[in-house]
Amino acid sequence: MQLLNILLDIAKTDSAEGYFPIGLQLLFAAGFVATMMVATHLLGPKRKTADKLENFASGIPTHGDARTPMAIKYFLVAILFVLFDVEVIFFYPYAVNFRELGWTGFWEVLLFVGFFLVGFIYIIKKGALKWED
Amino acid sequence: MQHVWIVLGVLFVLLNVAAGLIWVERRMLAMWQDRLGPNRAGPLGLLIVLADTLKLFFKEDWIPSFADKKIFVIAPAIVVASVLMSFVVIPFAPGIVVADLNIGVLFFLAMSSLGVYSIVLGGWASNNKYSLLGAMRGASQMIAYEVFMGLSLMGVVMMTGSFRLTDIVEAQRSVWFCFTQPLGLILFFIAGIAETHRLPFDIPESESELIAGFHSEYSGMKFGMFFIGEYLGVTLISAMTVTMFFGGWMGPEFLPGWAWFFIKTFAFILFFILLRASLPRPRYDQLMESGWKVLLPLVLVNILVTGAVLLYLKG
Repeated sequence: MQLLNILLDIAKTDSAEGYFPIGLQLLFAAGFVATMMVATHLLGPKRKTADKLENFASGIPTHGDARTPMAIKYFLVAILFVLFDVEVIFFYPYAVNFRELGWTGFWEVLLFVGFFLVGFIYIIKKGALKWED
Repeated sequence: MQHVWIVLGVLFVLLNVAAGLIWVERRMLAMWQDRLGPNRAGPLGLLIVLADTLKLFFKEDWIPSFADKKIFVIAPAIVVASVLMSFVVIPFAPGIVVADLNIGVLFFLAMSSLGVYSIVLGGWASNNKYSLLGAMRGASQMIAYEVFMGLSLMGVVMMTGSFRLTDIVEAQRSVWFCFTQPLGLILFFIAGIAETHRLPFDIPESESELIAGFHSEYSGMKFGMFFIGEYLGVTLISAMTVTMFFGGWMGPEFLPGWAWFFIKTFAFILFFILLRASLPRPRYDQLMESGWKVLLPLVLVNILVTGAVLLYLKG
């Protein structure tokens, strides 16, 4: 109930009307994209030959398809991204409110950056950001 | 009704700028590399835009039989739609903004980061090893640089106290933020190049090793969509740099606001092209290491120094 009230308050201060043009832009953008896709599909020639449908790359014979295991490094980066982006998000509300929070807020953020850096140093020591083995 | 005209006007201008950049980029690259560039079709080769577009439309729209068809079709659509959506919050002139949200900066970050889906989905759906490699590189590059792209804008947000882009432009009436936030500007621009995966950071495509990477299986206008998305991305990062750091539409009175905005944005687009003409591509591991180990700590320092200085000045 309280959450609903908060949401209603937000809706009042920055009325939902302000978000209407976004829907409009999305509609037009999607329309443009759809038109282009359909047009190129209808306008282009369609001559399907067996050779053309084959997988090729510069004439080198292909070995299997691309559904093979990939280097783990890429997934590690994705996980680090999730970890760090969640931490980074805490800076956003601080950035708009730091004048009200004053020096107390500043020392607290400094502490937070400290924790952030400890985690950062840990992953560097672990070699998560090393690309060459 | 007014909204409809603004939306249509913004989309019309953006798509024309994106198309015009085909010609601008090739002419400028040619000039800086002592070549002629396109000069046959029409005056100064301007009709190359029309010729290229028509050619792409009349190419065979080929979907590989080994590809994941639905995702293969959706991927190029995402890139154009997401970049067009990012332009929603950018104020082109006083009063000319599609939606002046109080979360403008956050909306921009959210929408521009959706572009990574087009690379991952496109490269994966192509079911081609080169494409998959390009997609993986693109994904890890873009998400790594996204972490500090948002943070690099926070210095400006701290000085303004608002996420609303019109407030940020108004706050630059006396002095542009490029003078007070030079580190933020440089970091944002580097992150912007990585986000749009333009040269020198075009590692997901890198034609000399990955044969165009994530879009090597695409043809016709589907391939063209990736191109439009790239040019729109360049325009977006330029427009955002101008809005956040170079006073947006502000400028001496003798030209209207939109003209100043256009001139400044165009200058940054030219800078993007100059980078392409002059810089070699770094190695993938160099790119990732500099992103995580150098640029991320620098961004944190920027925020802390900005905060400390502003609080000290406030007393």
